[in-house]
Amino acid sequence: MQVQTRVDIHSEWGIVAARQAGRKLAKEIGFGSVDQARITTAISELARNIYLYANQGEISIEEVASAGKRGMKVVASDRGPGIKDVRSVMEDGFTTSGGLGAGLPGVKRLMDDFDIDSEEEEGTTIISIKWLR
Amino acid sequence: MHPSIKESILEKKDEIVEQWLEEIEQFRYEDYLQNISDSVYRSTNREFVDKIFETVDLCSDDVYERISQYSERLIQLGWPLNYITRGLQSFRQITVETLSNTGDNYCYDIEFYQEIESWIDNLINALVSDYSGSWENTVFSQKMALKELSAPLIPVFDEICVMPLIGTIDSERAKLIMENLLEGVIENRAQVVLIDITGVPVVDTMVAHHIIQAAEAVRLVGAECILVGIRPEIAQTVVNLGIDLGKFSTKSTLKKGMATALKMTDREIVDLASK
Repeated sequence: MQVQTRVDIHSEWGIVAARQAGRKLAKEIGFGSVDQARITTAISELARNIYLYANQGEISIEEVASAGKRGMKVVASDRGPGIKDVRSVMEDGFTTSGGLGAGLPGVKRLMDDFDIDSEEEEGTTIISIKWLR
Repeated sequence: MHPSIKESILEKKDEIVEQWLEEIEQFRYEDYLQNISDSVYRSTNREFVDKIFETVDLCSDDVYERISQYSERLIQLGWPLNYITRGLQSFRQITVETLSNTGDNYCYDIEFYQEIESWIDNLINALVSDYSGSWENTVFSQKMALKELSAPLIPVFDEICVMPLIGTIDSERAKLIMENLLEGVIENRAQVVLIDITGVPVVDTMVAHHIIQAAEAVRLVGAECILVGIRPEIAQTVVNLGIDLGKFSTKSTLKKGMATALKMTDREIVDLASK
C-alpha cells in the first residue's frame, strides 16, 4: 500500500514541516541530493504559495509508480481565492505579491510533471511529479 | 464540600486507595512510564493519592497552592501529563463507585456527584494549568534563544563582517537579518559583508528574494555584499527557479569569499614563513 503523507499548512511552520516530510520521503525513494533539493524547494514554493495567498491548505506527498518508473507526487491544494489568469502566473516574473515571480514556473522546471487546476473563488490544486531516473 | 460526603469519602479512603493503586498499575504498561523503576512508580502513586486526599477539605484556591509544589516536581522529573489526568479520572470513577456501593441514600443525589466532580475537576485544572504553563515557558524561552541565534553579524577584520545563517529563514527572521545587517554595517564601518548560507537547507524564491533585498540595501549604505556557502544542489535549484543572483558576487565557500573581500579592501594574507 502506498503511504501518503499530508501536512496542513496554516502557518510558516507548516511550510517547514511539509519540506521536512518531503525530504524524508525523497531520500527513502532514493533520489540523489540534487533532486532531493529540487523536490524540497518545489514543496517549499508550493507551501509558501498556499500560506501567502490562501492562508490555509494542505500538501500531500506520496510515492507513485507508472510504466516501470518510480517517482514522487506532490499535491498542493487549497480552498483559497484561486488564480485569475493561470497563463500569466506561469510566466517568469509575474507576481501579485511583490515577490520574484519565479515560484510556479520554477516549480514546473524543478519537477517533471506539472498540472495546475484553479477556479476563481473555489481554490487551487497543483499536482506535480518528479520521476526517479 | 458537604461534611457528610467528606466523611464518607475519608471513611472509605483505604478501599479507594487500594483500588486506585491497582488501576494505576495497569496504565504503566500502556503509557510511556515503562522505564521508571517499580519503587519510584509506587512511591509516586502513593504520594499522588495522598495529595488527592489532602485536598478533600480545601477550597479551590488552597488546592492550587498545595498541588503546585507537587506538580512542579512531577514536571521537573518529566512525568507525562497523561499520567495525571488518567490517574485523576480513574480516581473519580473509583470514588463514585465505592461510595455508591455503600447503599446510603445520599449517593443517589445529584449533589453528591457534583461535589465529587468539582473536587476532581479543580485538581485536574490546577495540574493541567501548571503543566501547560511550564510548556509555554519552555516554548517562549526557546523562541528567545532562537532569536538570539538567528542573525549574528560578526566583524572578522577591519571593514569585513560575516553573517552566518543556519536553519530555516522565515519572514520574521528575514526581517531580523535585514536589520542586523544594516545596523552592523554602519556600526562596524564595514566595506564588505559576507553572507554565509551553508547552513540554510532550502533556498526558495522567498529566501532568495530576501537575500537580494538585503544585498541591495547593503549596497545603498555603501558596502558590498558577497553571498558565500552555495552548495552545488542549491546552485542548481536556484538556476532551475530562474532566480537572478547576478547583482552581487557569489562564492562557493566562506574561505574564497574572505579572500575576495580582502582583495576588495586592498589586503591579502601572506605566509610569513615563505618570506
